Amino acid sequence: MTAGKYTVILLYATSHAIRAEKLLKQASIPPKMIPVPRHLSSSCGVCIRIARADREAAQQVLQQAGMEIEGLYDISPRAAGKPGRQA
Amino acid sequence: MIYFDNAATSWPKPPGVAEAMTRFLEQVGANPGRAAHRRAVESGRIVYGAREAVAELFNAPDPLRVVWGKNVTEALNLALCGLLRPGDHVVTSSTEHNSMMRPLRALEREGVEVTVVQCTPQGQLDPAGVAAAIRPNTRLVALNHASNVVGTLLPAAEVGAICRQRDVLLLVDAAQTGGAYPVDVQANQIDLLAFTGHKSLGGPMGTGGLIVGGRVDEAQLEPLMRGGTGSRSEHELQPDFMPDRYESGTPNVVGLAGLAVGVRWLLARGVDAIRAHEVALARALIAGLQAIPAVIVYGTLDAGLQTATVAFNVAGMAPSEAGLRLDDEYGIMCRVGLHCAPAAHKTIGTFPGGTVRFGLGAFNSMDEVEVALAAVRELAGEVQ
Repeated sequence: MTAGKYTVILLYATSHAIRAEKLLKQASIPPKMIPVPRHLSSSCGVCIRIARADREAAQQVLQQAGMEIEGLYDISPRAAGKPGRQA
Repeated sequence: MIYFDNAATSWPKPPGVAEAMTRFLEQVGANPGRAAHRRAVESGRIVYGAREAVAELFNAPDPLRVVWGKNVTEALNLALCGLLRPGDHVVTSSTEHNSMMRPLRALEREGVEVTVVQCTPQGQLDPAGVAAAIRPNTRLVALNHASNVVGTLLPAAEVGAICRQRDVLLLVDAAQTGGAYPVDVQANQIDLLAFTGHKSLGGPMGTGGLIVGGRVDEAQLEPLMRGGTGSRSEHELQPDFMPDRYESGTPNVVGLAGLAVGVRWLLARGVDAIRAHEVALARALIAGLQAIPAVIVYGTLDAGLQTATVAFNVAGMAPSEAGLRLDDEYGIMCRVGLHCAPAAHKTIGTFPGGTVRFGLGAFNSMDEVEVALAAVRELAGEVQ
Protein backbone atom coordinates (compact mmCIF):
# COMPACT_ATOMS: atom_id res chain seq x y z
CA MET A 1 0.00 0.00 0.00
CA THR A 2 2.95 2.27 0.56
CA ALA A 3 4.78 1.74 -2.75
CA GLY A 4 5.87 5.04 -4.28
CA LYS A 5 5.23 6.86 -1.04
CA TYR A 6 8.03 8.47 0.87
CA THR A 7 9.06 9.62 4.27
CA VAL A 8 11.50 12.46 4.68
CA ILE A 9 13.85 12.55 7.67
CA LEU A 10 15.07 15.97 8.71
CA LEU A 11 18.22 16.17 10.80
CA TYR A 12 19.78 19.17 12.42
CA ALA A 13 22.79 19.56 10.16
CA THR A 14 24.30 18.20 6.98
CA SER A 15 26.92 16.30 8.91
CA HIS A 16 24.11 14.63 10.87
CA ALA A 17 22.34 13.77 7.60
CA ILE A 18 25.51 12.19 6.21
CA ARG A 19 25.92 10.13 9.35
CA ALA A 20 22.28 9.05 9.17
CA GLU A 21 22.73 8.13 5.49
CA LYS A 22 25.61 5.88 6.45
CA LEU A 23 23.72 4.24 9.32
CA LEU A 24 20.69 3.57 7.11
CA LYS A 25 22.83 2.04 4.35
CA GLN A 26 24.44 -0.23 6.92
CA ALA A 27 20.95 -1.30 8.00
CA SER A 28 20.01 -2.00 4.34
CA ILE A 29 17.49 0.85 4.24
CA PRO A 30 18.13 2.73 0.98
CA PRO A 31 18.40 6.46 1.68
CA LYS A 32 18.41 9.24 -0.88
CA MET A 33 19.75 12.66 -0.06
CA ILE A 34 17.43 15.39 -1.30
CA PRO A 35 17.11 19.12 -0.72
CA VAL A 36 14.91 19.88 2.25
CA PRO A 37 11.39 20.43 0.78
CA ARG A 38 10.60 24.09 1.20
CA HIS A 39 7.26 23.45 2.92
CA LEU A 40 8.96 21.50 5.69
CA SER A 41 11.80 23.82 6.60
CA SER A 42 13.71 26.78 5.25
CA SER A 43 17.00 25.02 5.87
CA CYS A 44 19.25 25.16 2.82
CA GLY A 45 20.71 21.77 3.62
CA VAL A 46 19.91 18.20 2.75
CA CYS A 47 17.54 15.68 4.22
CA ILE A 48 17.00 11.97 3.70
CA ARG A 49 14.21 10.42 1.70
CA ILE A 50 13.30 6.81 2.38
CA ALA A 51 10.42 4.58 1.38
CA ARG A 52 7.49 5.07 3.69
CA ALA A 53 7.57 1.33 4.41
CA ASP A 54 11.00 1.84 6.03
CA ARG A 55 9.85 4.65 8.30
CA GLU A 56 9.71 2.76 11.59
CA ALA A 57 12.86 0.73 10.93
CA ALA A 58 14.79 3.88 9.99
CA GLN A 59 13.61 5.74 13.06
CA GLN A 60 14.76 2.84 15.21
CA VAL A 61 18.20 2.67 13.56
CA LEU A 62 18.83 6.38 14.08
CA GLN A 63 17.52 6.46 17.62
CA GLN A 64 19.62 3.44 18.57
CA ALA A 65 22.69 5.33 17.35
CA GLY A 66 21.71 8.23 19.58
CA MET A 67 20.86 10.55 16.70
CA GLU A 68 18.41 13.36 17.23
CA ILE A 69 15.78 13.57 14.51
CA GLU A 70 14.44 17.04 13.78
CA GLY A 71 11.38 15.75 12.02
CA LEU A 72 9.81 12.82 10.12
CA TYR A 73 7.33 13.66 7.40
CA ASP A 74 5.32 11.48 5.06
CA ILE A 75 5.25 13.28 1.76
CA SER A 76 3.76 12.82 -1.66
CA PRO A 77 6.02 11.61 -4.49
CA ARG A 78 5.63 14.98 -6.24
CA ALA A 79 7.42 16.73 -3.40
CA ALA A 80 10.15 14.16 -3.21
CA GLY A 81 11.62 13.98 -6.68
CA LYS A 82 11.33 11.26 -9.30
CA PRO A 83 11.00 7.82 -7.78
CA GLY A 84 13.75 5.29 -8.18
CA ARG A 85 16.74 7.56 -8.74
CA GLN A 86 19.39 6.80 -6.19
CA ALA A 87 22.55 8.78 -5.68
CA MET B 1 68.25 15.52 1.42
CA ILE B 2 67.03 14.73 4.91
CA TYR B 3 63.80 16.22 6.22
CA PHE B 4 63.96 16.58 10.01
CA ASP B 5 61.31 19.26 10.43
CA ASN B 6 58.36 16.97 11.08
CA ALA B 7 57.58 18.66 14.39
CA ALA B 8 56.55 21.70 12.35
CA THR B 9 54.95 19.94 9.39
CA SER B 10 55.28 16.30 8.43
CA TRP B 11 56.73 15.40 5.06
CA PRO B 12 56.28 13.38 2.96
CA LYS B 13 52.59 12.64 3.32
CA PRO B 14 51.30 9.05 3.36
CA PRO B 15 50.52 7.47 -0.02
CA GLY B 16 47.15 8.53 -1.40
CA VAL B 17 46.87 11.88 0.38
CA ALA B 18 47.78 14.02 -2.62
CA GLU B 19 45.68 11.83 -4.93
CA ALA B 20 42.60 12.25 -2.72
CA MET B 21 43.04 16.01 -2.79
CA THR B 22 43.46 16.05 -6.56
CA ARG B 23 40.44 13.80 -6.97
CA PHE B 24 38.34 16.17 -4.89
CA LEU B 25 39.40 19.18 -6.93
CA GLU B 26 38.99 17.46 -10.29
CA GLN B 27 35.95 15.29 -9.74
CA VAL B 28 33.93 16.58 -6.78
CA GLY B 29 34.73 20.18 -6.04
CA ALA B 30 31.35 21.18 -4.61
CA ASN B 31 30.40 22.87 -1.39
CA PRO B 32 29.43 20.45 1.39
CA GLY B 33 26.27 20.93 3.38
CA ARG B 34 24.75 23.67 1.31
CA ALA B 35 23.13 22.29 -1.83
CA ALA B 36 21.78 18.74 -2.08
CA HIS B 37 22.99 17.77 -5.53
CA ARG B 38 25.13 14.66 -5.89
CA ARG B 39 28.49 16.39 -5.73
CA ALA B 40 27.49 18.50 -2.74
CA VAL B 41 26.46 15.33 -0.95
CA GLU B 42 29.71 13.62 -1.96
CA SER B 43 31.61 16.60 -0.58
CA GLY B 44 29.65 16.26 2.67
CA ARG B 45 30.53 12.58 2.80
CA ILE B 46 34.22 13.42 2.52
CA VAL B 47 33.97 15.86 5.42
CA TYR B 48 32.08 13.34 7.50
CA GLY B 49 34.49 10.52 6.60
CA ALA B 50 37.35 12.64 7.91
CA ARG B 51 35.41 13.21 11.15
CA GLU B 52 35.01 9.46 11.56
CA ALA B 53 38.69 8.81 10.90
CA VAL B 54 39.82 11.39 13.45
CA ALA B 55 37.25 10.19 16.01
CA GLU B 56 38.57 6.64 15.61
CA LEU B 57 42.19 7.75 15.93
CA PHE B 58 41.52 9.55 19.23
CA ASN B 59 38.82 7.10 20.41
CA ALA B 60 36.21 9.85 20.53
CA PRO B 61 32.74 8.33 20.84
CA ASP B 62 30.87 10.79 18.62
CA PRO B 63 32.21 11.93 15.21
CA LEU B 64 29.76 14.84 15.29
CA ARG B 65 31.70 16.29 18.22
CA VAL B 66 34.81 16.63 16.06
CA VAL B 67 34.87 20.34 15.18
CA TRP B 68 36.99 21.38 12.20
CA GLY B 69 39.27 24.36 12.21
CA LYS B 70 42.34 25.31 10.27
CA ASN B 71 44.92 24.09 12.80
CA VAL B 72 45.59 23.45 16.46
CA THR B 73 46.05 27.16 17.12
CA GLU B 74 42.48 27.85 16.09
CA ALA B 75 41.27 24.90 18.15
CA LEU B 76 43.11 26.14 21.26
CA ASN B 77 41.74 29.64 20.75
CA LEU B 78 38.22 28.24 20.45
CA ALA B 79 38.59 26.19 23.64
CA LEU B 80 40.25 28.93 25.70
CA CYS B 81 38.40 32.00 24.48
CA GLY B 82 35.12 30.09 24.19
CA LEU B 83 35.18 28.69 27.70
CA LEU B 84 36.99 31.09 30.02
CA ARG B 85 35.31 34.17 31.52
CA PRO B 86 36.68 36.90 33.77
CA GLY B 87 37.00 35.48 37.28
CA ASP B 88 37.69 31.94 36.02
CA HIS B 89 41.01 30.32 36.87
CA VAL B 90 43.05 28.18 34.48
CA VAL B 91 46.10 26.02 35.17
CA THR B 92 48.75 25.45 32.53
CA SER B 93 52.39 24.35 32.32
CA SER B 94 55.67 26.15 31.70
CA THR B 95 56.36 24.28 28.45
CA GLU B 96 53.45 25.60 26.43
CA HIS B 97 53.66 26.80 22.86
CA ASN B 98 52.56 30.36 22.15
CA SER B 99 49.38 28.96 20.61
CA MET B 100 48.40 28.26 24.23
CA MET B 101 50.30 31.01 26.03
CA ARG B 102 49.27 33.98 23.90
CA PRO B 103 45.50 33.43 24.14
CA LEU B 104 45.95 32.77 27.87
CA ARG B 105 47.94 35.98 28.39
CA ALA B 106 45.31 37.91 26.43
CA LEU B 107 42.54 36.39 28.56
CA GLU B 108 44.53 37.26 31.68
CA ARG B 109 44.27 40.94 30.73
CA GLU B 110 40.51 40.51 30.62
CA GLY B 111 40.37 39.09 34.14
CA VAL B 112 40.99 35.36 33.73
CA GLU B 113 43.43 34.10 36.38
CA VAL B 114 46.31 32.03 35.00
CA THR B 115 48.60 29.74 37.00
CA VAL B 116 51.66 28.36 35.22
CA VAL B 117 52.96 25.20 36.91
CA GLN B 118 56.71 24.99 36.57
CA CYS B 119 58.12 21.95 34.76
CA THR B 120 61.57 20.51 35.45
CA PRO B 121 64.54 21.56 33.27
CA GLN B 122 63.92 18.28 31.41
CA GLY B 123 60.41 19.52 30.64
CA GLN B 124 58.60 17.12 32.95
CA LEU B 125 55.45 18.02 34.85
CA ASP B 126 54.53 16.66 38.27
CA PRO B 127 50.77 15.97 38.35
CA ALA B 128 50.80 16.86 42.05
CA GLY B 129 51.82 20.39 41.05
CA VAL B 130 48.69 20.63 38.92
CA ALA B 131 46.52 19.27 41.74
CA ALA B 132 47.99 21.81 44.15
CA ALA B 133 47.26 24.67 41.76
CA ILE B 134 43.53 23.90 41.43
CA ARG B 135 41.29 26.37 43.28
CA PRO B 136 37.55 26.66 43.77
CA ASN B 137 37.26 28.90 40.69
CA THR B 138 39.46 26.70 38.45
CA ARG B 139 37.53 26.02 35.28
CA LEU B 140 40.16 24.38 33.16
CA VAL B 141 43.55 22.70 33.10
CA ALA B 142 45.19 23.34 29.73
CA LEU B 143 48.33 21.41 28.78
CA ASN B 144 50.39 20.33 25.84
CA HIS B 145 50.68 16.55 25.51
CA ALA B 146 54.31 16.84 24.42
CA SER B 147 56.59 19.84 24.13
CA ASN B 148 57.28 21.07 20.62
CA VAL B 149 60.71 22.21 21.82
CA VAL B 150 62.12 19.26 23.68
CA GLY B 151 59.60 16.47 23.00
CA THR B 152 58.95 15.67 26.66
CA LEU B 153 55.57 13.99 27.23
CA LEU B 154 53.29 15.43 29.90
CA PRO B 155 51.23 13.07 32.09
CA ALA B 156 47.83 13.57 30.42
CA ALA B 157 46.17 10.52 31.98
CA GLU B 158 47.27 11.38 35.52
CA VAL B 159 46.14 14.98 35.12
CA GLY B 160 42.90 13.72 33.53
CA ALA B 161 42.14 11.69 36.64
CA ILE B 162 42.85 14.70 38.86
CA CYS B 163 40.58 16.90 36.75
CA ARG B 164 37.67 14.46 37.00
CA GLN B 165 38.15 14.17 40.74
CA ARG B 166 38.18 17.96 41.16
CA ASP B 167 35.42 18.61 38.61
CA VAL B 168 37.65 20.67 36.33
CA LEU B 169 37.78 20.37 32.54
CA LEU B 170 40.98 19.20 30.80
CA LEU B 171 42.14 20.70 27.49
CA VAL B 172 45.04 18.88 25.80
CA ASP B 173 47.10 20.25 22.93
CA ALA B 174 47.94 17.13 20.94
CA ALA B 175 49.81 18.95 18.16
CA GLN B 176 52.99 16.97 18.82
CA THR B 177 51.48 13.62 19.81
CA GLY B 178 48.45 13.09 17.56
CA GLY B 179 49.36 10.25 15.20
CA ALA B 180 52.79 9.75 16.75
CA TYR B 181 51.82 8.61 20.23
CA PRO B 182 48.60 6.99 21.43
CA VAL B 183 46.02 9.62 22.42
CA ASP B 184 42.77 8.26 23.81
CA VAL B 185 40.31 10.93 24.94
CA GLN B 186 38.26 8.42 26.93
CA ALA B 187 41.08 6.54 28.67
CA ASN B 188 42.97 9.77 29.37
CA GLN B 189 39.78 11.60 30.42
CA ILE B 190 40.41 14.51 28.07
CA ASP B 191 37.44 16.86 27.74
CA LEU B 192 38.80 19.02 24.93
CA LEU B 193 41.41 17.73 22.50
CA ALA B 194 43.01 20.20 20.12
CA PHE B 195 44.71 18.55 17.15
CA THR B 196 46.28 19.52 13.87
CA GLY B 197 46.20 17.64 10.60
CA HIS B 198 49.50 18.67 9.09
CA LYS B 199 51.93 17.00 11.46
CA SER B 200 51.79 13.30 12.38
CA LEU B 201 48.19 12.86 11.20
CA GLY B 202 49.64 12.98 7.70
CA GLY B 203 47.25 15.56 6.33
CA PRO B 204 47.86 18.87 4.60
CA MET B 205 48.19 22.29 6.20
CA GLY B 206 44.95 24.07 6.96
CA THR B 207 43.33 21.08 8.68
CA GLY B 208 42.82 20.58 12.39
CA GLY B 209 40.20 20.86 15.03
CA LEU B 210 38.83 20.39 18.48
CA ILE B 211 37.17 17.28 19.88
CA VAL B 212 34.55 18.40 22.35
CA GLY B 213 33.87 15.80 25.03
CA GLY B 214 30.55 15.02 26.59
CA ARG B 215 31.35 16.88 29.82
CA VAL B 216 31.61 20.15 27.93
CA ASP B 217 28.28 21.97 27.69
CA GLU B 218 28.16 23.65 24.27
CA ALA B 219 26.04 26.43 25.73
CA GLN B 220 29.09 27.37 27.82
CA LEU B 221 31.54 27.16 24.90
CA GLU B 222 31.13 30.23 22.71
CA PRO B 223 32.09 29.96 19.04
CA LEU B 224 35.07 31.95 17.75
CA MET B 225 33.17 32.87 14.60
CA ARG B 226 29.58 32.92 13.48
CA GLY B 227 28.16 32.65 10.00
CA GLY B 228 26.58 30.42 7.42
CA THR B 229 26.32 26.73 8.25
CA GLY B 230 23.80 25.42 5.74
CA SER B 231 21.50 24.66 8.65
CA ARG B 232 18.70 26.72 10.24
CA SER B 233 18.97 29.22 7.45
CA GLU B 234 15.77 30.94 8.52
CA HIS B 235 17.44 32.10 11.72
CA GLU B 236 19.87 34.96 12.14
CA LEU B 237 21.17 33.39 15.33
CA GLN B 238 23.97 30.83 15.24
CA PRO B 239 22.77 27.19 15.56
CA ASP B 240 23.26 25.75 19.04
CA PHE B 241 24.00 22.17 17.95
CA MET B 242 27.20 20.29 17.17
CA PRO B 243 29.19 20.70 15.05
CA ASP B 244 27.53 23.61 13.23
CA ARG B 245 27.76 25.90 16.25
CA TYR B 246 31.54 26.05 15.67
CA GLU B 247 31.79 25.53 11.91
CA SER B 248 30.76 28.63 10.01
CA GLY B 249 31.72 29.22 6.43
CA THR B 250 32.88 26.84 3.72
CA PRO B 251 35.34 24.33 5.18
CA ASN B 252 38.62 23.12 3.73
CA VAL B 253 37.19 20.04 2.02
CA VAL B 254 40.20 19.57 -0.23
CA GLY B 255 42.36 19.46 2.89
CA LEU B 256 39.99 17.17 4.75
CA ALA B 257 39.94 14.78 1.77
CA GLY B 258 43.70 14.45 2.21
CA LEU B 259 43.52 14.30 6.01
CA ALA B 260 41.05 11.41 5.92
CA VAL B 261 43.46 9.36 3.82
CA GLY B 262 46.39 10.28 6.07
CA VAL B 263 44.55 9.19 9.19
CA ARG B 264 43.28 5.97 7.55
CA TRP B 265 46.89 5.19 6.63
CA LEU B 266 47.90 5.74 10.26
CA LEU B 267 45.10 3.51 11.52
CA ALA B 268 46.04 0.76 9.08
CA ARG B 269 49.69 0.91 10.05
CA GLY B 270 48.96 1.42 13.73
CA VAL B 271 50.03 4.32 15.92
CA ASP B 272 51.86 1.84 18.18
CA ALA B 273 54.00 0.64 15.27
CA ILE B 274 54.81 4.22 14.25
CA ARG B 275 55.61 5.06 17.85
CA ALA B 276 57.99 2.07 18.10
CA HIS B 277 59.76 3.16 14.91
CA GLU B 278 60.14 6.75 16.11
CA VAL B 279 61.34 5.67 19.58
CA ALA B 280 64.06 3.57 17.95
CA LEU B 281 65.16 6.53 15.81
CA ALA B 282 65.06 8.97 18.71
CA ARG B 283 66.98 6.60 20.95
CA ALA B 284 69.76 6.27 18.38
CA LEU B 285 69.80 10.00 17.74
CA ILE B 286 69.96 10.93 21.43
CA ALA B 287 72.70 8.38 22.13
CA GLY B 288 74.69 9.51 19.10
CA LEU B 289 74.42 13.20 20.01
CA GLN B 290 75.34 12.52 23.64
CA ALA B 291 78.50 10.79 22.48
CA ILE B 292 79.73 14.01 20.82
CA PRO B 293 81.66 15.99 23.45
CA ALA B 294 80.74 19.47 22.20
CA VAL B 295 77.03 18.69 21.92
CA ILE B 296 74.50 19.40 24.66
CA VAL B 297 71.25 17.43 24.39
CA TYR B 298 68.15 18.68 26.22
CA GLY B 299 65.21 16.85 27.75
CA THR B 300 64.91 13.57 29.59
CA LEU B 301 67.43 11.83 27.30
CA ASP B 302 65.03 8.88 27.37
CA ALA B 303 63.29 8.26 24.03
CA GLY B 304 60.48 6.48 25.89
CA LEU B 305 59.56 9.66 27.73
CA GLN B 306 59.37 11.93 24.71
CA THR B 307 58.34 12.24 21.08
CA ALA B 308 60.92 11.91 18.31
CA THR B 309 61.68 15.62 18.59
CA VAL B 310 65.21 16.09 19.87
CA ALA B 311 66.67 19.43 20.99
CA PHE B 312 70.40 20.08 21.15
CA ASN B 313 73.11 22.68 20.76
CA VAL B 314 76.65 22.59 19.50
CA ALA B 315 78.76 24.39 22.11
CA GLY B 316 80.20 27.59 20.69
CA MET B 317 77.93 27.63 17.65
CA ALA B 318 74.69 29.60 17.46
CA PRO B 319 71.67 27.44 16.55
CA SER B 320 71.05 29.66 13.55
CA GLU B 321 74.52 28.95 12.21
CA ALA B 322 74.21 25.23 12.88
CA GLY B 323 70.86 25.17 11.08
CA LEU B 324 72.18 27.07 8.07
CA ARG B 325 75.20 24.82 7.72
CA LEU B 326 73.21 21.62 8.19
CA ASP B 327 70.98 22.74 5.33
CA ASP B 328 73.63 24.25 3.02
CA GLU B 329 76.40 21.71 3.48
CA TYR B 330 74.58 18.51 4.41
CA GLY B 331 71.05 18.91 3.02
CA ILE B 332 69.55 18.40 6.47
CA MET B 333 66.42 20.47 7.04
CA CYS B 334 65.61 21.22 10.65
CA ARG B 335 64.33 24.11 12.73
CA VAL B 336 66.41 26.32 14.99
CA GLY B 337 65.67 29.12 17.44
CA LEU B 338 62.80 29.44 19.89
CA HIS B 339 60.12 27.39 18.10
CA CYS B 340 57.32 29.81 19.10
CA ALA B 341 57.68 28.60 22.67
CA PRO B 342 59.69 31.03 24.83
CA ALA B 343 58.27 29.55 28.05
CA ALA B 344 59.55 26.10 27.14
CA HIS B 345 63.01 27.45 26.35
CA LYS B 346 63.09 29.29 29.67
CA THR B 347 62.13 26.02 31.36
CA ILE B 348 64.96 24.03 29.80
CA GLY B 349 67.45 26.90 30.13
CA THR B 350 67.91 27.77 26.46
CA PHE B 351 66.25 31.21 26.36
CA PRO B 352 66.90 33.43 24.44
CA GLY B 353 69.53 31.56 22.39
CA GLY B 354 67.30 28.65 21.44
CA THR B 355 68.25 25.22 20.19
CA VAL B 356 68.62 23.09 17.10
CA ARG B 357 65.60 20.83 16.76
CA PHE B 358 65.55 17.56 14.85
CA GLY B 359 61.90 16.61 14.44
CA LEU B 360 61.81 13.01 13.25
CA GLY B 361 58.77 11.42 11.71
CA ALA B 362 57.26 8.18 10.50
CA PHE B 363 59.08 8.35 7.16
CA ASN B 364 62.58 8.94 8.50
CA SER B 365 65.06 6.07 8.59
CA MET B 366 67.94 4.92 10.74
CA ASP B 367 70.27 5.65 7.81
CA GLU B 368 69.19 9.28 7.90
CA VAL B 369 69.87 9.42 11.64
CA GLU B 370 73.39 8.08 11.00
CA VAL B 371 74.05 10.63 8.26
CA ALA B 372 72.79 13.46 10.45
CA LEU B 373 74.94 12.32 13.38
CA ALA B 374 78.01 12.31 11.12
CA ALA B 375 77.17 15.87 10.05
CA VAL B 376 76.78 17.10 13.62
CA ARG B 377 80.05 15.36 14.51
CA GLU B 378 81.81 17.31 11.79
CA LEU B 379 80.30 20.62 12.86
CA ALA B 380 81.14 19.95 16.50
CA GLY B 381 84.66 18.90 15.60
CA GLU B 382 85.33 22.33 14.13
CA VAL B 383 84.52 24.17 17.34
CA GLN B 384 86.67 21.95 19.54
